[in-house]
Amino acid sequence: MKALEIRQLTKVYAGGHQALNGIDLDVSEGEFFALLGPNGAGKTTTIGIITSLVNKTAGQVSVFGYDIDTQLEAAKSQIGLVPQEFNFNVFEKVMHILITQAGYYGIPAKLANERAEKYLKKLGLWDKRNVQARELSGGMKRRLMIARALVHEPKLLILDEPTAGVDIELRRSMWDFLREINAQGITIILTTHYLEEAEALCRKIAIINQGNIITHEGMDSLLRKLHVETFILYLKNELWELPDLGEFNGYLENKCTLAVDVQRDQSMNDLFAVLAQHNIEVQSMRNKANRLEEMFIKMIAKGEEVDNV
Amino acid sequence: MSKSITPKLSAFNRQSFVGFATIVQREVRRFCRIWVQTLVPPIITMALYFVIFGHLIGSRIGTIEGYPYMQYIVSGLVMMSVITNSYANVVTSFFSSKFQRNIEEMIVAPIPNIMILLGFVVGGMTRGLLTGIIVMVVALFFTHIQIHNVWITLSIVLLASMLFSIAGFVNAMYAKKFDDVSIVPTFVLTPLTYFGGVFYSIDMLPGFWQHASLINPILYIVNAFRFGILGISDINVGFAFGIIILFSAGFFIFAMRLLNKGVGIRS
Ligand SMILES: Nc1ncnc2c1ncn2[C@@H]1O[C@H](COP(=O)(O)OP(=O)(O)OP(=O)(O)O)[C@@H](O)[C@H]1O
Ligand SMILES: [Mg+2]
Repeated sequence: MKALEIRQLTKVYAGGHQALNGIDLDVSEGEFFALLGPNGAGKTTTIGIITSLVNKTAGQVSVFGYDIDTQLEAAKSQIGLVPQEFNFNVFEKVMHILITQAGYYGIPAKLANERAEKYLKKLGLWDKRNVQARELSGGMKRRLMIARALVHEPKLLILDEPTAGVDIELRRSMWDFLREINAQGITIILTTHYLEEAEALCRKIAIINQGNIITHEGMDSLLRKLHVETFILYLKNELWELPDLGEFNGYLENKCTLAVDVQRDQSMNDLFAVLAQHNIEVQSMRNKANRLEEMFIKMIAKGEEVDNV
Repeated sequence: MSKSITPKLSAFNRQSFVGFATIVQREVRRFCRIWVQTLVPPIITMALYFVIFGHLIGSRIGTIEGYPYMQYIVSGLVMMSVITNSYANVVTSFFSSKFQRNIEEMIVAPIPNIMILLGFVVGGMTRGLLTGIIVMVVALFFTHIQIHNVWITLSIVLLASMLFSIAGFVNAMYAKKFDDVSIVPTFVLTPLTYFGGVFYSIDMLPGFWQHASLINPILYIVNAFRFGILGISDINVGFAFGIIILFSAGFFIFAMRLLNKGVGIRS
């Protein structure tokens, strides 16, 4: 079963700006899916159309088989949305925000109260239930929006940059929470600028840029397509200038840190052989973090398929 | 373009009724939470009107159509508060939902548009009715009130607050900034109310103005209400009801169309 199926989705805003150029996207039930893209790529626009906040110009969207043109209400019932920006009434109490949202989904008061309690507890906001939302910290507000999105127990949870402005500790605990509810069978789609976030959480990924999907596949196969990996070598002795590394491309980050690009068809043994020739001793080494980030930047610069990186 | 989801009978099920009731509750909670801004001002304004116009000036005016001036204007003033408060409630609440974007909580949910409109309107009517009662109670300190026909009185209060709640909704859909919320009340509603026979009978006007007054819907409301209280009216009461219902239906259809198109709420 497809949790989400998007075909030829196009959006032209009133001012004439074309935000989406006929994108296709498929998300299967149970997936943890990342939609990546730089600022202004069209992520929020896509999510807006799925959740009826934005009118589409052309194309089809269906959610668990319900087309948003013909079975809008059924489609809406499947989705829980955590928007990019805070959009609750800051003067309402936390508990009221959840109960009200449940009510909009047609959940009667008694059940709404139980659900609100359940999700406020899960997100660590139960102590704050009688506090006006404006008195919450930024991280608490994010968690409030997650609780609100879950109160009708949707099958598809969509989060638009949920960890923006959230500290590392809270981010980790949000990740754990999202993994947990994904394991329970909720399909999750998230957008993020933190590329390590997508790498840590998601098995499927789509990259969007300037209103076009430039890649749409599994995280593993995407990473495998990386032609180059960069290794950071910590040297035992200071190096004053970059030695000739032969076939390898390297640069000195500082006197004790050498970065080397290793192509997929090159071998690490060759690299160490070259280093040995120059009497360079390597104390330790790490893979440069955010391979995805590297690739991402390259792809976006080229605006092409990942195979051509 | 998304196809507009025209109201179907399927909009009236248990689930959407819960949604509707939730909006009404939210609306009532809102005006109760800020009661100093919503429920107290009509008490103060109306008390001032009663003291100055009713008591001080009214005692010099004598009677209109056999009633002391105070009693004559009470019905107009009650109606004036009902109208302005219903309108203000919906226009402010809906606009601030747009402004704070919590309107999105409703848009993403499977609640039919007609229930959104009805929820806000019934919220506005609740405030209108409550204000009407409060102002009536205040009036009792200044004069005695005997209600000529309870049913006409009550139904005109409900109809008028319904009409102006819907009108407030339309205003809020178009409003882009807070100024747009006060423009209509200041430049349209207040003049129409003052020329709507709150303080005088249109029989006192010269011929042309008598006729000109007849295009003012508030005139019908004030007179129908006055008939409910005192049993006198410048115009036919049945006709007044007809006019109010017609205007309400017109605004309702218009508001639904704006909502289905997502004017001002969906880009
Ligand atoms: N309401 C709007 N009216 C006109 N143009 C808009 C509107 N909303 C977004 N856009 C434009 O559409 C494009 C895509 O915006 P969108 O918000 O979807 O990007 P995004 O991928 O979510 O970016 P970010 O990562 O910064 O949140 C941008 O060029 C933006 O300026
Ligand atoms: Mg965005």
